[in-house]
Amino acid sequence: MTDQADRRAGAQSQASPQATPVWRDPRTRAIIWQVLVLGGVIALGVYLVHNTLANLEARSIRTGFGFMDHEAGFAIGESPLVDYTAADSYGKAFVVGLLNTLRVSLIGIVLATIIGVIMGVARLSSNWLVAKLASVYVEVMRNIPVLLQLFFWYGAISYLLPAVRQALQLMPGVFLSKSGLRFAVPVADPVHPWMGLAFLAAIGGCVLYYRWSKRRQAQTGVEPRLGLPLAGFLIGLPALVWLIGGAPTAMDVPELTTFRYQGGTSVSPEFLALLLGLTFYTAGFLAEIVRAGILAVPHGQTEAASALGLRRRQVLRLVLLPQALRIIVPPTTNQYLNLTKNSSLAVAIGYPDLVSVANTSLNQTGQAIECISIMMACYLTISLTISFFMNWYNKRIALVER
Amino acid sequence: MRNFKLLAAAAVTAAGVAGVAAAPTAQAGEVMDSVMENGTLRCGVNTGLAGFSIADDQGNWTGLDVEYCRAVAAAVLGDPEAVQFVELSAQQRFTALQAGEIDILSRNTTWTLTRDVSLGIHFAGVTFYDGQGFMVPADLGVDSAKDLSGASVCVQSGTTTELNLADYFRAQGMDFEPVVFEGFEESLSAFFAGRCQVYTTDKSGLAAIKSVDAPDPDAYKILPETISKEPLGPSVARGDDEWFAVAKWVLFALIQAEESGVNSENVDEMMDSDNPTIKRMLGQSGDMGEKLGLDPKWAYRAIKMVGNYGEIYARNVGPETPLGLERGVNDLWTEGGLMYAPPIR
Repeated sequence: MTDQADRRAGAQSQASPQATPVWRDPRTRAIIWQVLVLGGVIALGVYLVHNTLANLEARSIRTGFGFMDHEAGFAIGESPLVDYTAADSYGKAFVVGLLNTLRVSLIGIVLATIIGVIMGVARLSSNWLVAKLASVYVEVMRNIPVLLQLFFWYGAISYLLPAVRQALQLMPGVFLSKSGLRFAVPVADPVHPWMGLAFLAAIGGCVLYYRWSKRRQAQTGVEPRLGLPLAGFLIGLPALVWLIGGAPTAMDVPELTTFRYQGGTSVSPEFLALLLGLTFYTAGFLAEIVRAGILAVPHGQTEAASALGLRRRQVLRLVLLPQALRIIVPPTTNQYLNLTKNSSLAVAIGYPDLVSVANTSLNQTGQAIECISIMMACYLTISLTISFFMNWYNKRIALVER
Repeated sequence: MRNFKLLAAAAVTAAGVAGVAAAPTAQAGEVMDSVMENGTLRCGVNTGLAGFSIADDQGNWTGLDVEYCRAVAAAVLGDPEAVQFVELSAQQRFTALQAGEIDILSRNTTWTLTRDVSLGIHFAGVTFYDGQGFMVPADLGVDSAKDLSGASVCVQSGTTTELNLADYFRAQGMDFEPVVFEGFEESLSAFFAGRCQVYTTDKSGLAAIKSVDAPDPDAYKILPETISKEPLGPSVARGDDEWFAVAKWVLFALIQAEESGVNSENVDEMMDSDNPTIKRMLGQSGDMGEKLGLDPKWAYRAIKMVGNYGEIYARNVGPETPLGLERGVNDLWTEGGLMYAPPIR
């Protein structure tokens, strides 16, 4: 053993006499090249920034981010999460824009995932009609540019729905018109935050119950009922808190004033159009990803599961989807990123997202470079966060090989 | 951590690239030379606003802003057709001027302190005194802007309009719902579709929209209130004072010509006039052209080939046009208006 090691070391020292010049060592060379390239890139960046600043100075164009504290002076159509008025700063206006982008992106991602999974599974259905309808959906959605789809939805809302004074009453307290969807909400009450806490507690309870049921199934082979107890937790606990809190029933019902409904809460037509467009468009791609993922699981798995006596629904839920998920997750990340970035098309239909607010600020201040950098930094951060989360999830569900 | 550093470097590089796209290399003081050398004037105009700058189906540009550029081209290059019109959105206009993509910006742009001081541009004067107003459907039953509390208002982004709107409603203690579009067309079609009860822009713009774009002009009405001052005028990039002077004095010559009774039809006869002001303006005496770095006939050509301010106004926005705007504050100072040219001497 020692002999062999000695011989190997000897062979190595013979093959490379100690006088090997540094530039002929591939490892050193690789490092030198990388340092050079990196240095070049950094130097280029520094040059560009310096050149830009010098040019701006020469043209006496103001630079810097000082304007972020100044009064913005423009109003923003919707800011449901923070209280914004025209007297607030540019910085706050950007926050409102960013939150609007995040709001439509997050809701869009959730809805697109649900529709995508349904359509993807439907395309594989043995029912001819269901499969064909899903195919038509996928082909139509995937092959029309998303901007046109946004115009379509916005046009549909603007032209098909009645004016606000003739709003459709879908059910008591819910009105649909060109001005969007407006509905009654409960009047704010001290008990509401407690109900929120109760709901969170209920989710915790659900997780515990689910784990317990898995253990019990493993021990006894009997699968405890899931649906009813979970729903009971989620609805029952907040309802109980509500009853203890005196069961407040006052509702803030929208009422028609001269121009619009006031009171209650509303979803603007711009938001609706953007959400519908992004969701249906992205769901088309997700459907194909889900279908491909399921088809990639060998058919033998289905046959084996059926042979074990699992019902079709169980085969899908317990055997196919968990394996398909590993194939589905990476391309899905791309679609989530696309949806988020496509939300910047909102400017075309008047939804006050980040791009819309940044464009307005850019015009009012004339500081194009600053506003565009902020926009880029925001989208970069959002995209990297989504990627990071999806990569973490991907690792978690990856096949653990032993 | 290492990843983060890489990201920071990438972000800085990206920002630098964006910066360069917005502001390429400088060419201070050279605008005049490059216009002379190229033989064309690059003029930034609105993508389509009736009366100010609009192209017909043959691609011929007309409008007040357009004719100002033609007058400059006639004075500098001797040919009113030697203009290349560059269509710009509200967002693009200042960047295009700063970056030297256009020689002059004539795009119904309001002269404000911020724009004058911090954008690296100079306003050459005022071609049209405007003010912001509101347009509503006639059947809305509203007669005053003071009754608009709670209304939703369609507006184009990137304009002083957006700020005036917020200011006005704040000052009046009323609330409103802004619906802001980047594109002019989108904002208009949303208004006509009934998404908003109110459309707001400069009153000249409202007149143009009502007469040209509205499906039925009688179905809309413009409210009497004027909520802002909007002096619209051309601007040039800083760094070429000679060019700035030319931009100013061509405009003043057009106004002075109207005041002196010189127009495109009688300008040849006026060459023999004994009036010293007219003689200096038309290059029959003095060295006004030389002082501007032009030849003596600069103003003669602008008046002959394009017309004086009054003719330009009447042709594009005056009472005889679809816009039907009376002169009002845009009349000469001698007629009680604001149009006043410093002496050409």
